[in-house]
Order: sequence, then structure tokens, then C-alpha cells
Amino acid sequence: MKKRLLFVLMLLLTAALLFAGGSGESDSNVVKIGVFEPASGDNGAGGKQETLGIQYANYLTPTVTIGDTEYPVELVLADNESSNDRAATAAATLVNADVSVVLGSYGSGVSIAGSDTFRIAGVPAIGITCTNPQVTEGNTHYFRICYLDPFQGTVLANYAYNTLGAKKVYCLAKLGDDYSGGLVNYFIERFEELGGEVVSETFPDGNSDFTSYIANAKNSGCEVFFSPVSTEAAQLIINQAQSQNLGMPILAGDTWDSNVILQAAKGTSVDITVTTFYPEGADPEFDEGFKEWVNADATRLANNGGDDTVAAVTAMGFDAYNFALQAISNAGSTDPGDVMEAIWDTETDGVTGHIALDDVNGDAIRNTVYVKHANTETGGWDALPAVVVD
Amino acid sequence: MDRAKKNHLIRIFVAIAVVYLAVLVLEFTLRPTSILFTVLRKGAIYSLVAVSMNLLNGFTGLFSLGQAGFMLLGAYTYAIFTMPVSVKESERVYRYYECIVGFDTGSFVGLIAAGLVAAFFAFLIGLPVLRLKSDYLAIATLGFAEIIRAIFQWDVLGPLTNGANLLREYKDLSRITLPFTDIPFPPTLFVFIVAGVCILLIVLLINSSFGRAFKAIRDDETAAEAMGINLFKHKELSFVISSFFAGVSGALLAAFQYTVQAQQFESMMTYEILLIVVIGGIGSISGSCIASFLYIALSEWWLRGLDMGKFLGISAPDLFRSGFRRLVFSVIIMVIVLFFSKGIMGDKELSFERMKAFVKRAGRKKKETAK
Amino acid sequence: MAEFFHQNLSYFLSGISVGGQYALIAIGYTMVYGILRLINFAHGDVFMCAGLIMVYLSASLPFVISVPLVLVFTVALGFIIERVAYRPLRSAPRMSVMISAIGVSYLLQNAALYFTGGLAKVYPALPWLSDSVVIFGASTRMVTIVTPFLTVVLVILLTLLIKHTKIGMAMRAVSRDFETSQLMGIRINRVISITFMIGSLLAAVASLLYFTNYASVTPTSGSMPGLKAFVAAVFGGIGSIPGAVIGAFIIGICENIIKGGASIFGIPGSGWTTFSDAFTFAFLIVILVVKPTGLFGEKSVDKV
Repeated sequence: MKKRLLFVLMLLLTAALLFAGGSGESDSNVVKIGVFEPASGDNGAGGKQETLGIQYANYLTPTVTIGDTEYPVELVLADNESSNDRAATAAATLVNADVSVVLGSYGSGVSIAGSDTFRIAGVPAIGITCTNPQVTEGNTHYFRICYLDPFQGTVLANYAYNTLGAKKVYCLAKLGDDYSGGLVNYFIERFEELGGEVVSETFPDGNSDFTSYIANAKNSGCEVFFSPVSTEAAQLIINQAQSQNLGMPILAGDTWDSNVILQAAKGTSVDITVTTFYPEGADPEFDEGFKEWVNADATRLANNGGDDTVAAVTAMGFDAYNFALQAISNAGSTDPGDVMEAIWDTETDGVTGHIALDDVNGDAIRNTVYVKHANTETGGWDALPAVVVD
Repeated sequence: MDRAKKNHLIRIFVAIAVVYLAVLVLEFTLRPTSILFTVLRKGAIYSLVAVSMNLLNGFTGLFSLGQAGFMLLGAYTYAIFTMPVSVKESERVYRYYECIVGFDTGSFVGLIAAGLVAAFFAFLIGLPVLRLKSDYLAIATLGFAEIIRAIFQWDVLGPLTNGANLLREYKDLSRITLPFTDIPFPPTLFVFIVAGVCILLIVLLINSSFGRAFKAIRDDETAAEAMGINLFKHKELSFVISSFFAGVSGALLAAFQYTVQAQQFESMMTYEILLIVVIGGIGSISGSCIASFLYIALSEWWLRGLDMGKFLGISAPDLFRSGFRRLVFSVIIMVIVLFFSKGIMGDKELSFERMKAFVKRAGRKKKETAK
Repeated sequence: MAEFFHQNLSYFLSGISVGGQYALIAIGYTMVYGILRLINFAHGDVFMCAGLIMVYLSASLPFVISVPLVLVFTVALGFIIERVAYRPLRSAPRMSVMISAIGVSYLLQNAALYFTGGLAKVYPALPWLSDSVVIFGASTRMVTIVTPFLTVVLVILLTLLIKHTKIGMAMRAVSRDFETSQLMGIRINRVISITFMIGSLLAAVASLLYFTNYASVTPTSGSMPGLKAFVAAVFGGIGSIPGAVIGAFIIGICENIIKGGASIFGIPGSGWTTFSDAFTFAFLIVILVVKPTGLFGEKSVDKV
């Protein structure tokens, strides 16, 4: 029995070894684009929606023209598991698959963690919704097509102070999370500048008991609860805010623009306002096409959180794919080095607006932040006036 | 020294030289991001930490679960020491804090410092907890690892540790150079040399009179004490040395990963290392090394296809989706644990005689003959 | 004073309720350790699986059926784990059994990861238990109030079972002396199976209470509560049921006091919440150093 088992194990391992060695074959007639997104972990839900946007764009435009030849585009997916220590391995997988350019990731921490692998391999990466400045700062291979946290944080602080009229805000970030920590930091900077007061706390990884934080917010006399954390924690916060009767509006950043939040908030009395990249309805043609495509397949529907809401990250993923195709086409080559050069000067018009990059860090030049409010009766988003900063 | 022993030593040195040469050749022939390098580097790093854990669990009989904590100490020390001052002063890493460390060192000093810091904390922790017995010791060390993790994420220490945020741009494997030059050190070779030297030191220690005292304590504490072995002193020594090497391996891990963050050093990491030690065979150093390379290769490389929709040439995206690799991997681990509970090597060491008996498997184990 | 009480009641309430949930999990650890001297690392994951089973069952079945089914399935899971992963290693060294426990924990987490697709699953809102109530001005869920009472009732039942039934007597005998009780004709495997089943049953009850409060289940949501419950078991003296329960309540309450430190003690709260988990361990280490076998543990004697 033991011997036979050992034999089977050995056979399996040898076979796996043989095939693993052979998986690196590359087809020179295909353009490969790496998708560096989380499919599991804290940011799994958002990562899947962003990936859907890329896949939908790939479905609409499955080829790219370089010179006079049309090449099919293949997406290579790697799951970075929302985990900073697994990001480097996922990044290496993409690099080894000979991708010309990488898209992603949702979540700033994994983008920073994977960055060096791309740098060493000389593969350009285009951040889609990673808003932390550190992603692109001081390097020439990481770009991004969304706005940055200092900008978003300022807009949120202004909103809390001027529109909501709050003088004291409770901020809750996740410990060691570059996204929420960074955004809260910029929010505080601006909010204190305006003359407001802030109570700031962090919760550790794996925490699911937010009742004490909610009680802290209530007891310290805060007027707004600012918590731009992952959707996973957001579900719990909404749920417990409802049962503990939080009694103040919740303000959050782009991660909360997700149907996960809508589902959690539906039927409750929680007041949620978020800032985001794209409001559903801004481009009806895109929305309708995407809904049809998502509803056609059960897996897609599940990946989109079970309904056909168009998340902002999906629209951003869609734009990122088209932006990357444009860059490859401009480069006139599939070589990562050429593409990297070409990205600097690439410009496109996407569903989320015009995309062009600055020539300092390769960040998008954006001046519009969309604001949405969760409608707890219909389970949808109500668009509020967008904020344009000049 | 008699002839047979001399021949034996020569053969070992030849084997080691062959391994290092092979690594160097690979370094210049394969492309730098090849998955093989990931396996070799991480495998070597895990070998070192597994051997250091084996020194405690297998040779001294101290059941400690603090390895991840000491790796964390080593990783942070290395990162903070070797990060250039210009980076520390810029906003690229220490964005929310002013870094208070006003110097930087080379990677070699960083590695030694990593080991020393881990050893120093081990000394302090050892004073109270080494008086505890078996499971209680395990729980207390596990607890200390968690406490260390929390302290390193504490805001107040931000100017030192960058709070709970990532550290990067220190001397990672892509930035390590040959001494006194700007020529990059072949990264995989670097990991192999450091890990190899450390493992060699542990082997020498185990074969010394200290090592014999450790084994005596493991086999029977009361008897060892009756023989005049100072129990506490030897336990503390083993604990401190083991932690030193865990610290060095943490530093290597930091260098390997390019970024480091306290969050990842959770108790699951210690469990993984313990699994490797047991799969390799408790009390066998070559076993620990073989097991860690197999473990890493299996989880990072050979089963990768299970996540990517295609495995063994079979394409089934619905079955082979994200997460399937880890499911299969844990099933394999369970099978090994249940049916081969003595581990690959038991408490024996790899030798040329035994290798001849296992010629079939020899090909893959060759890299491990470094003992 | 009244205002202080009024403000801070919610910390104590959630402390007591989470303490009760830890207690139910801790009993599983402490009973298994008492009999097998095994730290059952997989116990926290059994708790997580109970949560997931409920998520999947309640999607298609009414609560009247799905709740009992969750209990049944979790008990079956505990039974199967013992049967497949621990029983074959009965004569192997203790280390091997513990490694097997780590392996099972790993397997359960990864299986959960695969089947959920890595996303958090929303736990169904149980009627009545998840209703909001206002108690002394602090609003909370019904489950918060119910948990401590239910815990105490279950513990009393369990103590009665152990004190006054035949199987309870067998359990005590086995935990006192494994080999002798075997010689006395006690069917050891049966006793061990039943111990695992009781532990799993309590974990399933705990999962119903816990996830009603914190309504999302992820593959790793068992590990922290599991670890804390385990610490509680050690704290109270592993092998002792009352010890585990008291330890769990202390840990649950302390943890929430730390999180609410800013408000309770009036000290600036910056950074202390980082230590809400670490504190548990610090506390444990102090206890272990002062009284190495926990609060109510029996002193072990080394035989030469």
C-alpha cells in the first residue's frame, strides 16, 4: 500500500515536473498582456471586477495592429492573492509567460510588492486603480491611469468639512495596508489644514469585530466615519454599524464603489458616500454592452458579485486594456522595452474620460472625482455632483 | 585521519563544488526571472530556517514555534540596516515618518546584524520561557512571535520600522554587489553561499561536544542533568543559535522578496517550516534541506498549472481555477504526513552509500549533498 | 459614573459575547488535549467550516432545517477528521499527530479557499438572533445577550455529562491514564470519537453565534478565534473545562477593553488597538511563567 502510494506520488511529481518545464513555449504570433490582479483574499472581489473589465475589452477588441499585421491578443492571468508576499511570485509568473505589458493591480500594496520583479525583467506595468503615490514614484516602469491618493484624500476631506459640515472625523484604516493607510493619511493632512479634528485608529489583519471601533467613533463625538478599507472589512463595518446604530454618515474611497457594499447596505439605515472613478450611466453604450456580456455567462456573473452592476473598477479595467493596446500599437513592437517607451506618450479617450500621463512619474492627469451615495432602498448608487479640481 | 574518512571528505567537497558550479552556470544561461531561480532561492532560504528549527526541535528536543518571529526580526534588521540613507531621507519608503536611522551598511554587515538582533531577542525571551515544558514552551514561543509582529506594526515605532508599511529599496538580491565593486553578485549564488555557510556551521556545531550535549538533553533531560550538563545553559545556547540563523534566513528572505512587511510573518509561516522539518525527518539535516526544496518546488512551480487552467496538458479552466493548486498541495502534504510519518530521511543523513540505493531518486537530490 | 457606564457598556457587552463564543471553541481544544495530549490546530477551521456549511445550506433550505443540519454536518466533519487524520497515528510520536493537525488545518483552509473562490461569504441573518435590541441605552444584537447565557447552559450540561454518565466517566478515566483505562476495558477509540464530536458540536454552536454577529465567512476567519480560544484553554489550565470558560471570558473582555482604551481610560487611543491580539499572548506568557500549568491545570510530574 505504502509503496504503491509512493509510486503514484512520484509519478505525479515527475509528470508535473515535465509539463511545468514545457509550459514556457511562446507563440510569436500572439501578443500577451499580463493581468496582475487578486482573485482571492481581501481584495478578491474588486480584483475580479477589474479583471472582468479587461476581459470585456478583450472580447470587444481581441486583436491589435502592429505595423500592417493584425495579431491576436492573449490575456495571461496571475492571482496575487491580495498578499504582498505572494505578489512577487505572481509577477514572476507573468514575466515568464513573455507578456509585453502588465495591467494591475487592484490594491496598492501588491503593486508595490510586485514592482521590482517587473523592473528587473524590464516589463512595463500599468496600474489601473492603485492610488498610492509610491506605486509609480521613483521608477520608470510603473504607470497608472487613475488619480492619486493625495488628490482623492483632499477631495474627501473637503467633502467632509464643507459639504457634510463635519468638524470631527473618525478615521479607520487597516494596519499595514498601503491603500487605506495612505488615503487616511492624506485625508487627515487636509482635514486638519481646514481646521477640523481627527480621531484615527487601525485594525489588525484578520479582525472581524468592529463593534469597539464603532463605539469609539460614537463616544469620541465624531460626526463622520471615514473608513476607506477593503470591501471584505466594509461588509462587516456596515453590518455592525447598523446593529449598533452608528448614527453618522460613512465616507469612503474608491474601494467601496462595489456591489458588495450595496448588497450589505440594502435595507439598512446606514448612510454611505463614496468617491470613485466612474459613475454607472456615464457611458450608456458601455454599460449596456457590459451588462449583456456579464449576464451571458454564469461565471462572469458570479465574478461580478452576483448581479450586473457596473463597478468603476470594471470601467477602469476596460480603459486600461485599450490604453495598453494603443501603447503596443504606437510602439510598433511587442517587445516590453519598446512598449515601455511608447506608454509615456500614449493618449486615449476611454469611458472614464481622457487618459494621458504626466512625464514625471507616469501618472494619469485627472481632475475629476465622481461622488456616489448608496441608496439603501433600491440597492443601487445615486450619483451626486462630481468634483472637478483645477 | 584515516583514509576512508579522508576520501569521504573529498567526495563531499567535490559534490558541493559541483552544486555551486551548476548554480553559477544556470545563472548565466537562464533568464533572471526564470521560475527555477525562485525555487532555488526560496528553497535554500527555507533550508536554512528549517535546519535552524531542526537544531531546536530535532537535536535539542525543545519544541519551539517562534521561528517566524525571529525571521521577522532578521528581515527588518537587514532591511533597515542596508537601506541607503538617501532612500531613508526621501519620501519613497518612509512616507509618514521621519526615519531615525542615520546610517546604512553593506549586505554582509546587514546579514550579521540580522542574526545578532534575532539572537539577542532570543536570549531575552529564552530567560523566562525555556523553563517551560514541551507544549507550553511551544505556545509561549508562538505567543512571542505574535507579540513581536504586533510591536513591529506599532505606530509609535514608525520612525524605525515604517509602521506597518512595506520596507523596500534596501539591498535586495538585485542590488547586492561583489565586495568593493559595482558588479552585481549572481543572486542565486549569493543565497546559496550564505545558506550553505550557515548550514555548515550548524553541522559543525552538532558534531561538536555542544551538539552531543544537546542530543543528551533531547534523549533524557534528567539523565543529562545527572551527567553534569547544565540544562538551562545548553537550552538557552541552542535557542539563541537557532534564532541567529533564523534571523539570517529572514534577512535572506527579505533580500529575495524585494519588499518586506511584518504582516506576512504569521504563525502559518512557522507551521510551514515545521511541516518541512517533519517531512524531511526530525533530526536529519539533509532531510530538512531536501524537504524544503521539494516543498517549494511543488507549491511554487510544479503544481502552478493547477491554478492557470492547464495541468499535465489537460485544459480544464473550470476545475483548474485559482486555489486548486493549494488544495491539491495540501492533500499531498496530508498523504505524506499520514503514510510517511517518519519523513523522507527519518533521523538519518544523506550519504553516498544510501544514495546508491536510491539511484532512481538521486537525480533530484543531488543539490542537497552539501552536507 | 452613570455616564461612564452608559458610554462604555457596548465594549463590555461585546467582550462578554465574544468571550462566550471563544469559550465554546475552547472547550473543544481543552477536551481533546485532556485526552490525547494533542493541540488540535484544525479546530478553528472546523469552526470556520461550520460557518461555510451554514452559508451554503441556508441558500436553499429554511432555517428550521439548515440550523440542525449544520450541527449534524459539523459533528460529522469532526468525526471524520479524527478517523482519517488522527486515529492512524495513534501509536506514532506526538509530534506526528500535531503535524497531521496542522495539515488538516491547512487542507480545510485551502478547500474553503477553492470552493468559495477566495471571496468573503455573507452569513445569513438568523431571525430573532440578529435583531437589534437596546439595552441600557447601548444598541446591540440579540445574539450578544443570548451568547453568555447559552454558553453557561451548555457548559453546565457538559459538566453533568462528564460527571454523571458512563461515557463521561470513561472520558475522565482516559484523560487520567490512557493506557490503564484501555486495559480496564474502556473502548478508547469510541471515547475519543465522542470527544471530537462534542467539541465539533460546540464549535458549530459557536459559529452560529459568532457569524451572526460578524456576518462574513472567509477561509481564514477560523484562525484568529481558534488561536484565541486555544490561548484561553491554556490560560485556564489546559484539560480543565471551567478553566477554559473563565479564560475565554477574560480574554474576550480584555480584548475589547483594549480596543476601547481611548474611551474607557481617557488616554489617547493612538496605536493601542494594534495590540488587541498581541495582548492576549502577552497575558498568556505572564500566566505561563508565573503558573506554568494555567489557572486550574493539574501539575504534571516527570517520572524518571
